[in-house]
Amino acid sequence: MEATGFSILTAIISIPLIAGVVILFLDGKNRDLVRGVGITAASAVLALSLAVFFGYDNFVKTSGGLVEQQMSMLAAGGQLSGTQMFADALAFEQRVIWVESLGIAYHVGVDGVSAPMVLLTGMVAVAGVLISWNITDRLREFMAFFMFLVAGVFGVFIAVDLFMLFFFYELAIFPMYLLIAGWGWVKLREYAAMKLTLYILVGSVFALVGAVAMYFVAGSYFSGPGAEVLQAAIASGILPADSGAYSWSIVQLTLAAENGAYAIDILGIEGLSFAKFWFPFMFMGFGVLAGVFPFHNWSPDGHVAAPTAVSMIHAGVLMKVGAFAALRAGVQLLAEGADAHLPWMVFLTLINVVYGALIAFRQRDFKYVIGFSSVSHMGLVSMGWATMNLTGMTGAGIQMFSHGAMTALFFGVVGMVYDRAHTRDIPSLGGFMKVMPWVGIAFVIGGLTSMGMPGLSGFIAEFPIFQGMWAASEQITLQLGIFELSNYYSVLVIISALGIVITAAYVLRVAGQVFFGEFDAARFHDVGNIEMTDRIVLIILGAPLIILGLYPPIMAPMIESGIRPLIALLGGG
Amino acid sequence: MEFDLWAQLPSVLPEIGLTALAIVVLFADCYGSQATRRNVVYISAVSMALLALVPLIWLPDPALYENGALLWGGMVNYDPLAQIFKVMLLLGGAVTCVLAAGDKGVGDKGEFYLIVIVATLGGMMMSSASDLILVFVALETLSIPLYMLASFRRGDQRSAESGMKYFLYGAFASAIMLFGFSLLYGFTGTTNLAAIADSMNSLGDGLVAVMAALVMVVLGFGFKIGAVPFHFWTPDVYEGAPTPVTAFVSVSSKAASFALLLRFMTAVFPADLVIAGVVIQDFWINLLVVISIISMSLGNIVALRQTNIKRLLAYSSIAQAGYTLIGVAALQGENPDLAVASVSFYMFMYIFTNLLVFGGAILFIAKTDSEEISDLAGLNRRSPWLALFMTIGLLSLGGIPPTAGFFGKFFLFQAAVNANLVGLALIAVTNAIIALYYYLVVIKVMYVDVGPDDDVAIGIPRVYGWSLGITALVVILLGTIIVTPIYNWATLGAAGL
Repeated sequence: MEATGFSILTAIISIPLIAGVVILFLDGKNRDLVRGVGITAASAVLALSLAVFFGYDNFVKTSGGLVEQQMSMLAAGGQLSGTQMFADALAFEQRVIWVESLGIAYHVGVDGVSAPMVLLTGMVAVAGVLISWNITDRLREFMAFFMFLVAGVFGVFIAVDLFMLFFFYELAIFPMYLLIAGWGWVKLREYAAMKLTLYILVGSVFALVGAVAMYFVAGSYFSGPGAEVLQAAIASGILPADSGAYSWSIVQLTLAAENGAYAIDILGIEGLSFAKFWFPFMFMGFGVLAGVFPFHNWSPDGHVAAPTAVSMIHAGVLMKVGAFAALRAGVQLLAEGADAHLPWMVFLTLINVVYGALIAFRQRDFKYVIGFSSVSHMGLVSMGWATMNLTGMTGAGIQMFSHGAMTALFFGVVGMVYDRAHTRDIPSLGGFMKVMPWVGIAFVIGGLTSMGMPGLSGFIAEFPIFQGMWAASEQITLQLGIFELSNYYSVLVIISALGIVITAAYVLRVAGQVFFGEFDAARFHDVGNIEMTDRIVLIILGAPLIILGLYPPIMAPMIESGIRPLIALLGGG
Repeated sequence: MEFDLWAQLPSVLPEIGLTALAIVVLFADCYGSQATRRNVVYISAVSMALLALVPLIWLPDPALYENGALLWGGMVNYDPLAQIFKVMLLLGGAVTCVLAAGDKGVGDKGEFYLIVIVATLGGMMMSSASDLILVFVALETLSIPLYMLASFRRGDQRSAESGMKYFLYGAFASAIMLFGFSLLYGFTGTTNLAAIADSMNSLGDGLVAVMAALVMVVLGFGFKIGAVPFHFWTPDVYEGAPTPVTAFVSVSSKAASFALLLRFMTAVFPADLVIAGVVIQDFWINLLVVISIISMSLGNIVALRQTNIKRLLAYSSIAQAGYTLIGVAALQGENPDLAVASVSFYMFMYIFTNLLVFGGAILFIAKTDSEEISDLAGLNRRSPWLALFMTIGLLSLGGIPPTAGFFGKFFLFQAAVNANLVGLALIAVTNAIIALYYYLVVIKVMYVDVGPDDDVAIGIPRVYGWSLGITALVVILLGTIIVTPIYNWATLGAAGL
């Protein structure tokens, strides 16, 4: 689509940024004012992200909309242009040149994968502000940093310029560090915050070097052999007319990928193409934030140490930022590398799923259970990417949304219990259903979602992933020296289904011990029911799980439309 | 060529202005009334800030610098590289004056400003010098005032020691560099930088001697920018010198030296200089790559163990010199524009960033009389603005958006990848992570830790607060919306080389 004037997405990034700066200038003692500005900004952002989601939904589904276009392209057959499909799928675009000589632009837009993520971020932003309602220690700084964090996360999801993606990615990390280190759980926060920040930055800067290399390779391709490709793309409106050979635009880099610019051999090694060499850096670099084994280690500590609002946005949204960026900058731009590497990386995702669930089962600390369950569920997302087919990747896209809302709900629940009971030790809790029925019900809904109960969003997400794995099993083989491994995806599905069983076990165990069982009235005599703000949090995060579970068409076609360009790029039908 | 005064005057106009300012400050300090003397700081700061406009009004003439035409009898080259460095040095000097204003024993003495002005004058001459004689005179015009500044608190043993150390190391480095210059002059019979290269090219042999001269020159530069293994003076001088002086030393001398390094290396040892079949550029690029790697690594690793904020910043500045050298090493690429622009941009943002961090440190040290990082505990409660300003500065040093440092590092890495130095870029990003650790530790101490004096507020004097605030704003703007004009300007710098 053509780059247009002011986009609603610009408002979505700038509102939290402006609110953050404004909050810094407020009088810190006037907490109501700080909260008021915070909740106003967050609600405005949620309203705008709802508008983006349903606007995009409309764009996808109307007659003559994106789905019909894609279908007619598929029906016409022939070689599909993934770049063309990707460019067509972008909506709400705005493009302003930033550093012209380097081809860096402020370029925002959403596609089918990112639109649900924008909605998710809006939801968690409001929930995060509400659940931090009663913070008393330096509320002003807390709220300001939280707003910066939200802005950074939005920026990654809506970036159509790879440089901008990195910019916002790193922008998000610093406020997170301070929020965890400054307001987290005293015992662990400094260690966990530093660990998390360094892990994530190590990944992203290696990816950044890869991206710079990609930029130069694509640039020299477009200024040499690919000059005509560039002109043709400009003529057909895929790229704006002022595109130079060197550009950070993801559309243009995708075009280079599709025309084989990254297939050149590097380091003088036969068969080691640029794409194959850099794919692990790009995918794993961002995969760190998605908690891909063996780089998941920061995640449980980070989640546990963070204050509730930050755990929510962290597990709920930031891990998706990692998975999303790995998809955008890794799979989409280096599809050839994805074909080569994902067939073995899928084993890592399997470890995520099963090992994460097993460790979650062993935890005594309520919050650690949820922390490790995130590792396990995010493994399913990466596993979905690794299927490299429409069904599996769409499932992973839904899983990103579903897990985001679910895990934010879980962390909200843990926070509410902990705030009142002052302990997270599972065996010493019990019978909380009696005093906090809302929280108990929310936990049960989240728990059922996480074990993939039909009628809830977890099923809509996990079922296609497994289905996609079966479908991929026939196609994907892995060459290990002289051995050839084939049809192994089906085995992996069976093993990972085991992870779901373990999930059911730990969810039921926690539900049984914390919310049912004996209530220690003497010890928890001052535990009361939750407040209005907390109820709103539970509703905002819980309702989508049910809605999506009962009515998948609200999201599935949209995500499919975002995945189809990737399938074309990956060379599938 | 006919000598055209009006065409040549702009190239030295800011220097003339600065000399006049030095005289005015000297007289105002000696003969002025009490009130005048108090205002010397503002006279200096405002005049320097205004002088920074001069190179922006009287622009370098492309017809001259693109053809390599020199001014003032071949002494001066007025091109965009000189222009951008002059502007940043003047702004750096102006900010330094304001930051020093309240410092007892430093800012209340008029001669402090005089010396800062003269040192800035030397730095500006360095950025446009194109003749060995002027190069050396400019270097000493910068260095000697800095030795004086380092020992400015005469009564304080640490300050005196710092000045002495700085002087001894500096004199040693200058002597070696001068010996290198004399070798260059000896082979070629000329002191003009470009002419040296031409006549060395026709030398045919004498490889060892040219290499010796090259190494000596690099050693001199290594000392000025504080790169390993010529860094030994840095921590002691940084720690011992009065904090405003440390701030000034850390930015001005480094920026001017990088300007000169770019010009000197491209002019005297250009890519087409081949002696006895050896491409001299390959040699010095490799030398700089090695120096860059060890500077970054050693600076960052040693910084991890520091407990004194000034020593921490000293080691951090060694590492920063290492990063900047990446840009100089990237001159070997097909596209030296990127390299020159990355160095200029990095120094531009580094001046503001480092002054911001030091500005915070100056105030904190003056108020609490402590230089320990652990005493920064609870600064967020004691003075939220001071903590925020220092945080912005530290983040910029660490290269986190939306601060200028992110773009600074990004441009350097980009230049490195463009010059096929991907390995160097990977080492640099690894280092950037290590560095981020200790910057974050300082931020953590300010925001998280609880100190004994948590409730004792630290007030910020108004002018001081505004100048810190504006510097912080510049650091943020350089990382967001004004990055394009500054970067484009920096890119022009390559045209005159």
